[in-house]
Amino acid sequence: MGHLIDIFVRSIFVENMILAYFLGMCSFLALSKKVDTAFGLGMAVVFVLGITCPLNYLIFNFLLKDGALATGVDLSFLNFLCFIAVIASTVQLVEMLLDRFFPPLYNSLGIFLPLITVNCSILGGSLFMVERNYNFLESTAFGFGSGVGFFLAIVALAGIRNKLRYSNIPPGLRGLGITFILTGLMALGFQCFSSISLLVP
Amino acid sequence: MPAINKIVLDPLSDNNPITVQMLGICSALAVTAQLPTAFTMSIAVTLVLCGSNTIISLLRNVIPPKIRMIVQMVVIASLVILVDQCLKAFAYEISKQLSVFVGLIITNCIVMGRAEAFAMANPPKESFLDGLGNGLGYSAILIIVAFVRELLGAGSLFGKQVLPDSYPGNGLMVIAPGAFVIIGLLIWLQRSITKKYEEA
Repeated sequence: MGHLIDIFVRSIFVENMILAYFLGMCSFLALSKKVDTAFGLGMAVVFVLGITCPLNYLIFNFLLKDGALATGVDLSFLNFLCFIAVIASTVQLVEMLLDRFFPPLYNSLGIFLPLITVNCSILGGSLFMVERNYNFLESTAFGFGSGVGFFLAIVALAGIRNKLRYSNIPPGLRGLGITFILTGLMALGFQCFSSISLLVP
Repeated sequence: MPAINKIVLDPLSDNNPITVQMLGICSALAVTAQLPTAFTMSIAVTLVLCGSNTIISLLRNVIPPKIRMIVQMVVIASLVILVDQCLKAFAYEISKQLSVFVGLIITNCIVMGRAEAFAMANPPKESFLDGLGNGLGYSAILIIVAFVRELLGAGSLFGKQVLPDSYPGNGLMVIAPGAFVIIGLLIWLQRSITKKYEEA
């Protein structure tokens, strides 16, 4: 149990998808102008990462892995194709389920749900999960943790950019430039979590 | 001919995919701690871009508009699988270092963005050149950032020591925050030269 909490906390703070691995930067930069939209996107990412990570784990280990389907059959080279298909269909499924059962949440996420398909952090989550040989519970914890990490970073950046409107920035740095430098400073802040481990050695 | 020159040269600075179009930033930052990885990544992305743009442009009249995203995804993913298998076979060390980022070319917004914005509406030859131009523009930024990071971070270029041994190495450049700040400064430099500012 402690092991799972460790993976969860590490994926939020130490191995933050955006600030340590640069995944999902495009939507991170484009949609962090307002706190509301950042909040919506963050929630959607937590949701989808939490679902696709364990799902892709099952598909990889019971279908694609060397010898999983039949002895001597190694389909692992198909992993990119399968993962992206799983992600696209999960997003579609989540969209329909939310529309049917939780209309308020669906309305607040709006356009961000379909956009998540091409968010690198989702595919990145699945690929990291394979590379690090997580088991089922670990990949669930990792998926949720990474989602929460993304959520935290994008809401924080949106808050800072909100304040930034009142400051006097050199013309060339306005917009994208200053956002990059801000993200750099945030990443520097997150570096101080880097040796966290909850496991007792 | 001027039109063709424009297609290739425009993405190099005025319409650079990374600093102006804001596409494909994720991988640009992650692989630039050293020159060799940045170089390999540039080649891989340029190849995939040229290939996907050409194929999608050839198919543009037979793809039904409703499922075009899925068709594009399948084309791109197949090309990336090819590149990934080639890298694993011929440059195993570097492919280990690039780890998941080769796979992430699939979700690299440049490839998808150019397919959607250019290849769906233009003939194969122009689309190929557009892919080439955008690939080169992407590579240019990648190599500049990797050059600065490797030189200041480890005092070396392509793994060879160029600064005197007494140079201590700037750890900030190797870790993530350094990459963000360098791209930020690069954008500042470019915007100051081209005088194309955006509203805050």
